[in-house]
This record gives sequence, C-alpha cells and structure tokens, in this order.
Amino acid sequence: MNIIISNSSNKPIYEQITNQVKNIIISGEMTTGDVLPSMRLLAKELRISVITTKRAYEELEREGFIETVTGKGSFVADKNPELLREEHLKRIEENLVKACDIAKVAKISKEEIIEMLKLIYEV
Amino acid sequence: MQNMSLGKNSIVVDKISKRYDGFSLDNVSFNLPKGCIMGFIGENGAGKSTTIKIILGLVNPETGNVSVLGDSAQNGDIREDIGVVFDEGCFPDEMNADNLRSSFKYIYKNWDSNVFDDYLKRFAIPHKKNMKDFSRGMKMKLAIAVALSHKAKLLVLDEATSGLDPIVREQILDVFMEFIQNEENSILLSSHIVSDLEKVCDYITFIHEGKILLSKEKDLLMEEFGLLKCSKKELESMPKDAIERVRENQFGVEALVKRNKIGRNAIVDKATLEDIMLFMIRGNKVC
Repeated sequence: MNIIISNSSNKPIYEQITNQVKNIIISGEMTTGDVLPSMRLLAKELRISVITTKRAYEELEREGFIETVTGKGSFVADKNPELLREEHLKRIEENLVKACDIAKVAKISKEEIIEMLKLIYEV
Repeated sequence: MQNMSLGKNSIVVDKISKRYDGFSLDNVSFNLPKGCIMGFIGENGAGKSTTIKIILGLVNPETGNVSVLGDSAQNGDIREDIGVVFDEGCFPDEMNADNLRSSFKYIYKNWDSNVFDDYLKRFAIPHKKNMKDFSRGMKMKLAIAVALSHKAKLLVLDEATSGLDPIVREQILDVFMEFIQNEENSILLSSHIVSDLEKVCDYITFIHEGKILLSKEKDLLMEEFGLLKCSKKELESMPKDAIERVRENQFGVEALVKRNKIGRNAIVDKATLEDIMLFMIRGNKVC
C-alpha cells in the first residue's frame, strides 16, 4: 500500500490520504476485512500530525469505506456495491467532462466523440 | 476516534500570571491533550521558558493553576513521569555518558539502563568521552536519551531542537514519533524557530509578549489562514473582516487573510507557520 503526500498540492493532507485510500479500495488492492495501518503508525511514517490521519480515517468511515473497531483498529468495510458503483460513475463523469471541454474548445462534434467512445469501449 | 484519549489532557495551564521587572506573563491558558505533540512557539523573550518553568513547578505563578498528568509537577511522583530537555546542556562538563547512567540509576525510580544504552548506540554517542568535548547535537541527543530512559509519559523540550543540523533533527523526529505511538504519551516542544519539527505537531500554541495569541489544532490553523499578495488598491476592495494583518512594501502589499471570508475570486497562497508568526508579530492591523 502506497500513500504519497505532496506538500505542493492544493489539497489538504487529510484529503490526499482519503483519496489515495479510496483508490486502493476501489482498485481492489485492499478488500473487505483488510487491516489498515493504525492512525499513529501512519502519522509516524508520513511524518505528519496524528490529528491529520485521524481526520482522514473519520472521513473514510463516514463515507463507508472503512470501519474502526475500538482497540482493534481500522478495516476495509464490507463492500457496498451501490457505493462503489456510485464512486466509479462519479469518476467516469469527471473524466467525460474533461473530454467534452476539450472537444468544445477544438469544435469537435458530439457525434465524433460518441463514435470515438464506442470504438474505445469495444476494444 | 474512540481509542484516542483526546478528552484527557496531560497539561492544563489555567490563567497563569507572573510579573517580573520588564516582563510579565499575562493570563496564560492552554491544554495539551494526551497522545499529542504541541509546538509552543514565539520570539525569544516571549515567555516560553517562564511558562515551562511554571509547568514544571520550578517557578510559582502569582495567580492561576497548572495541572501536569493530573497533579502538580511539584509532586515527586509526577516528576518521575516527566522527561525534560533544556536548551543548554545541563550535565557537568567533566562527566561522560557512563557516569550519567550510574548517577541517574539513583535519581529516577524507573530508570532503565538498557533503554539508555540503546539510545546511546542509536545516536552514536560515545560512552567514555567527556561532555565538554561534545557537539551541540550530541549534547541534545544525550539529553533526550536521558529524558526517555525513565519511562516518562510527558516530554518537555525547551528550545532543545534549535540550531541542530538536519540529520540530527531527523533522528530526533523519529524518536518523537516512536514515543507518541503510545497514546498516553505527549510532547511539549518550545521553539523560536519554525522548522521541520513542527510538521508533526498536532497543536500550535503561539505566545507573544507574555500573552497567548492562539492555541489550536495545527491543521485548522493552516486552513484558516492564507497569504494574499496584491496591490494596495486591490486590497482595499477586499472584505475588511477577512484581513488579519498587512505588510506593505513599495510595490504592493502582502496580507494574512482568513480564507473563509476573503471570497472565491482572490488567489490565496498557503501560509506557513512562519508566515503566520511573522505577520502576527510584525504585520499591521487594518483599521
């Protein structure tokens, strides 16, 4: 499991952690029941405040990605298929918005884009 | 999170005041929660050392109360649980690390010579060399080794980390983070410089001219403030209550601003702790 913190990023550190842990879970690198590093260990290794890692974990818990059991630590939560699908759809939408923005700037038609999408999807 | 005893404090400083000729500590209050590291920052002479002496029970406040690990630091049992490192090496020049080991055995009930030897090895401190021949970094590492070899629950460092090279700071940082893996332990770290060591701080308490300017979670502090660089005219169009402090130069202004009040159109840079400290002390308030 890799977590990389950038100091030049505009995103706060806790958000960088939540995003990366989400990616790890969505990609299947970690699955239901897998143990996450303790908040204190993560803070130690990343050289950041414990409060920052605590906040990241609380966020992940609120969004249903992880569960924390007192005295036992934090685990990847039982996967809710709806939640994962939602998260995936959100990402696809984000990227499609980018693609459409480029198309509009370059005056490329909707039809052309749809054609391209079909070709790519069927590969 | 439930398993963090954030509710319990290892240090509670409640409205302490103390007057000296030309300096006074005025109504100082803050809490250090267990399991956390607090950076206690301020200029030289701002009152950091006086506050720390009062916390350690070495000086009595005129008014106010201090509780350390649930009691007063004048209680001998509580002192056993505090590891202290001062700015200047406070061990006699003619002693070496081995002498210290044999002396501290009789001073601290919980002294553990094995732990001490481990630290000496890790910090590459010679056993037989006299301390007068130690570099500043070595003296500091030795003092930290002593402070951590009697099962302390609270570590108090007064200006101990200033003037150390990056390698030594790195080693000390590692030791701090290991210490704090036990969520009952906590660290109070005073410094006049804002450095890599503050990166790991959970709380920042900022003292200026004997008064506490702020004491809060570092993350919140970093989110609250930003740095705005613009022309004087542009600054005038910004909401007044967003502007905390201003520094002008011939070609423009820099302002420490509250991010949530400045509005979305302004381009606000990250403010470092050093920026916040400089602006709070040297910047002007807008009327």
